[in-house]
Amino acid sequence: MAAPESLVYERPESFTDTPTHYCPGCTHGVAHRLVAEVLEEMGVTNRTIGVAPVGCAVFAYNYFDTDFVEAPHGRAPAMATGVKRVLPDRVVFTYQGDGDLASIGMGEIVHAAARGENITVIFINNANFGMTGGQMAPTTLPGMKTTSSPNGRDVESQGYPIRMSEMISTLDGVGYCVRRSLHDPKNIRLAKKAIRMAFETQVRGLGFSMVELLSTCPTNWGMTPVNSLKFVEEHMVPAYPLGDYKVSEAIKQVKI
Amino acid sequence: MAKELWKGNEAIAEAAVRAGLQAYFGYPITPQTEILEYLSRRMPELGRAFVQAESELGAINMVYGAACAGVRVMSTSSSPGVSLMMEGLSYIAGTEVPAVLVNVMRGGPGLGNIAPSQADYNQAVHGGGHGDYPRIVLAPASVQEAIDMMGLSFDLAEKYRMISMMILDGSVGQMMEPAEMPEMKPIVERNWDWATNGALNRERRILSSIYIEPAAEEVANLRLANRWKEVQANEVRYKEYFLDDAEIVVVGFGTAGRVSLSAVRAARAQGIKVGLLRPITVSPFPYEVIDQLTGQAKAFLVVEMNMGQMLSDVRLAVRGRVPVEFHGRPGGMVPFPDEILHEVQRMNGANLSVHADPINSWLARMAEVK
Repeated sequence: MAAPESLVYERPESFTDTPTHYCPGCTHGVAHRLVAEVLEEMGVTNRTIGVAPVGCAVFAYNYFDTDFVEAPHGRAPAMATGVKRVLPDRVVFTYQGDGDLASIGMGEIVHAAARGENITVIFINNANFGMTGGQMAPTTLPGMKTTSSPNGRDVESQGYPIRMSEMISTLDGVGYCVRRSLHDPKNIRLAKKAIRMAFETQVRGLGFSMVELLSTCPTNWGMTPVNSLKFVEEHMVPAYPLGDYKVSEAIKQVKI
Repeated sequence: MAKELWKGNEAIAEAAVRAGLQAYFGYPITPQTEILEYLSRRMPELGRAFVQAESELGAINMVYGAACAGVRVMSTSSSPGVSLMMEGLSYIAGTEVPAVLVNVMRGGPGLGNIAPSQADYNQAVHGGGHGDYPRIVLAPASVQEAIDMMGLSFDLAEKYRMISMMILDGSVGQMMEPAEMPEMKPIVERNWDWATNGALNRERRILSSIYIEPAAEEVANLRLANRWKEVQANEVRYKEYFLDDAEIVVVGFGTAGRVSLSAVRAARAQGIKVGLLRPITVSPFPYEVIDQLTGQAKAFLVVEMNMGQMLSDVRLAVRGRVPVEFHGRPGGMVPFPDEILHEVQRMNGANLSVHADPINSWLARMAEVK
């Protein structure tokens, strides 16, 4: 007799029934899903306000079943500050890429963190400006070819990558700041736990929280999805070490 | 309430609080900094939101976020800071959320100086951020008017889901005058049906300025244009002085208008039939009133603390039917009543041409100023 069917995988309720616009193999979909699962598990979907960036995730508001606003390029942490300060009992998160957060939005992210704004930032680091077609980002690795570093990023003329988690974790307003990767199932599970801890930091009022997620961009990297995952493991992880850069004592005690 | 001695900037801050300001985000810049300083004390003591932002970019985007959440929110700045806010203003306009911004103008362009100026008229009224959008702009000429316009600014912003700006030159912000404060209004939870304040068992809402389909963006643009028609029909405000039999009509807003009034009174004492029109809303601009005045006036004199910005709007209304002259003091200078009186005397009975370029003739007269 056949075993009764049991559903082992379905759309989180905090997701809308909308196919995403992301390229095949891109890890944005994974990151979105992890955030949606966490919001649902914490039971905060109906009091969450998301802040979408400018970049590939510009349409993030189509996919989460929460209120959403859409910020100008890089300004999501400032906009989130405005929302959170007038609605302190709501859950407010930004979802930003590396061009948005580490380039044009450097001022906003650093000061939101320094003020200890009780917001959560999901930071997608895929080492390039995805939406505009793969230009060099502050996170592009030395020697990495992009459409605006066609011979590979030359650190002599184009500078060095910025390690955001290391930098943000130096600020006293930060309650939680970690880097994770989305290149294999084990790391995806670790990433989900980190996202949960970031939102737990927020609902406990423990300050600014950020999860940096090393991500793929198969289309602009000119790689298959599988090779992109390998690239993250072999090249991104050594340049952007995974780890807990700052975890407040109070959040270390939280057991989920 | 009795009259008290109020400094313009502090009066604006307190008037905003009494009008129900729930959140303020700003950045220090002279000559508006007292607004930020005053609210840094006043807002927290009332349990309301206050953040000194990292920049004007940060401040205006905090305003944007709080506006989306549906509360009464304001920022204030001065000319270079307002330039930085233009990105945010365009997004706020595109998202159709209400917000109030005060620009205590200073001399420019560039770093310029910190003296009183009206050089941001075009930026406020005609230009500013990218894209096609209208905004309401009020221009007070005294501390009392600035107080009275704060509540009005919020009401108009919310009524039309639009930016409402108040532009005043640094002297109104910095001077002290006797003025009467309104009563403290309680905070009203407005529960707008568009606010993104956390779904809480209703359908989720999205606030965005994106219309990726051009046809949809066109619809949004036309919606703004039609709303602006409503504003133009209902919200034009101005003050008239001695206009009944005026043959020369002086037009000036803010401090330039106020100084002009002294000149007009002096000219009246000399028997010159001159009056003053002082626009209160420079956007929507009182085109119709000027159009009507053109029927009686033999000439207009536009007085501004800039190089002739509102002048274009006056000329648009006059449409070449009578001469329009200009007297301006740009760069942070304030005209004396005597200068304006001198212009009125010069114009009185003179054979002025509708074909003369008012800027050119003004520049020729200004050559003597050097």
